[in-house]
Amino acid sequence: MPSLPETKVLELKDVARQLRIEVLRMLTRAKSGHTGGSLSIIEILVALYMVKLRHDPKNPRWAERDRFVLSKGHGAPALYATLARLGYFDPAELLNLRKFGGMLQGHPYNLTTPGIEISTGSLGQGLSVANGMALAAKLDKSPVRIYVLMGDGETQEGQIWEAAMTAAHYKLDNVCGIIDANKLQIDGCLCQIMNIEPIASKWEAFGWQVIETDGHDLPGLIAAFDQCEQVKGKPSLVIAHTIKGKGVSFMEGKVQYHGVAPTEAELEKALVELR
Amino acid sequence: MTQSLGTRDCYGDVLVKLGQQNPNIVVLDADLSCSTRTEKFAKAFPERFFNIGIAEQDMIATAAGLAASGKIAFVSTFAVFATGRAWDQIRQSLCYSMQNVKVVATHSGVTVGEDSATHQANEDIALMRSLPNMSIVVPADGIETEKAIEYLVNNEKCPVYVRLSRGKSPVIFDSQYRFQKGKAVLLEDGSDATVIAIGTMVSRAMQAQQMLKKEGISVRILNMSTVKPIDQGAILAAAQETGAIVTAEEHSVIGGLGSAVAEVISEQCPVLLKRIGLNDCFGISGDAEKLLTHYGLTAEAIVKAVKEIIARKRKA
Repeated sequence: MPSLPETKVLELKDVARQLRIEVLRMLTRAKSGHTGGSLSIIEILVALYMVKLRHDPKNPRWAERDRFVLSKGHGAPALYATLARLGYFDPAELLNLRKFGGMLQGHPYNLTTPGIEISTGSLGQGLSVANGMALAAKLDKSPVRIYVLMGDGETQEGQIWEAAMTAAHYKLDNVCGIIDANKLQIDGCLCQIMNIEPIASKWEAFGWQVIETDGHDLPGLIAAFDQCEQVKGKPSLVIAHTIKGKGVSFMEGKVQYHGVAPTEAELEKALVELR
Repeated sequence: MTQSLGTRDCYGDVLVKLGQQNPNIVVLDADLSCSTRTEKFAKAFPERFFNIGIAEQDMIATAAGLAASGKIAFVSTFAVFATGRAWDQIRQSLCYSMQNVKVVATHSGVTVGEDSATHQANEDIALMRSLPNMSIVVPADGIETEKAIEYLVNNEKCPVYVRLSRGKSPVIFDSQYRFQKGKAVLLEDGSDATVIAIGTMVSRAMQAQQMLKKEGISVRILNMSTVKPIDQGAILAAAQETGAIVTAEEHSVIGGLGSAVAEVISEQCPVLLKRIGLNDCFGISGDAEKLLTHYGLTAEAIVKAVKEIIARKRKA
């Protein structure tokens, strides 16, 4: 894969900046939601939706589309902002995130939201779902690739490891797992709440090809996804090292912004940094 | 009722038949394929069978992914593991996401026998009944199993829970039988009381009907093979026309068929009701028939309940 031209990288960086602004506005208006873990996955979503995924926002059920499953469903605001920007639905919907009567539920809901493949929120289920999609693609001899984004804290769920075994056992090289490794969960640092390290060697031991990258470096992410595409006979995992609350200095690395929306004053302060 | 068939055996056979007709059918199991009889499908269509190992949560959500990509997914294991172990996966990835997955569980109720309480599901209907978008089918015999599975593949795209048994049971229906989801099957008409039964208790209800007939008592027998959505019309007609209802299920009286019937009649047509089932207890080891007797899940127990409820009706 040729590397992206610098102008394209700059353009994508600006998209990421605009998406952060959108996410913060959505969350402030909703008065609740998961700020830190939405801001940490912005570049991952930009790299996938703006570069890697073969998809058609005007035809969300296109059979040959690549799939994306947001296993860490609480990152929904970032995904909604990305989908709206691409034209999956009217961006006006973003203002009604989490509101009574609004389309955009607090966590992804496939029956109402174009572009959402499966409902998520209760953690640990997305990798299994992705494996099922991958098995279907293999049966259909389809080149479709399945991307699934997990939280690092989410890998504390036992089902993730059941699914990790399944993907390796069935040689699902069309599955690309991504871990948003922001090192924090609601109650604190993963290292203190429930240590998951050494995470790379765990996945390798489970039979996965593991690639680590800076989760905010767009060319790095795209290169990692390109590399995953070349792996045959086993699933691959991108450990994306990220910063929770990325892009807003007073939120970065702060556990208190896991499940709390910005106030109006915090939003204004954040927008000054992002504009 | 001379012939006996295992509901799980008929399930295994019909899966192979449907697999030949429909290349979109896939089957998943969690290391119990010889017991659930999905091994027949596995032998016939190895590329469409996925053994997920002893990982029920992963199995359910994997099936959801297959269904989300257009497959008709069957998942099978024992009822206790399918519904209890993987309840949240069924809730979120199947029901809330509305995926075309048929959860077909075997080894329900105390007739699991010797394996004891850890393997006897007496709470599974209650667990599944509380989930929006979930339907529940409990076939009364092998023929109804086959017909119901065919119906669900050809007519439904929603999640469904089908409850099968370990043992063989007397054949009630003939090959002309047509399963209709949501419709109670009137097996015998009667006027003094109605017995509404499911699964293994249907043949026992029919035995009870014969015994009561000899004593001049006329009992209506309904096979409520669709527990959800339940046939309210048939229940209300039974309430109005016979004035007394006995329910019979190899399941806890909490949350199962008895509860479902109670909900309908107490809101719309209160009549006397007696629920036969497990009375808020775990099972024990033993031979299946001995356990059914021990827990009062027999034709004799149904006869006794019918007589009691008719006596209460006359006093009222």
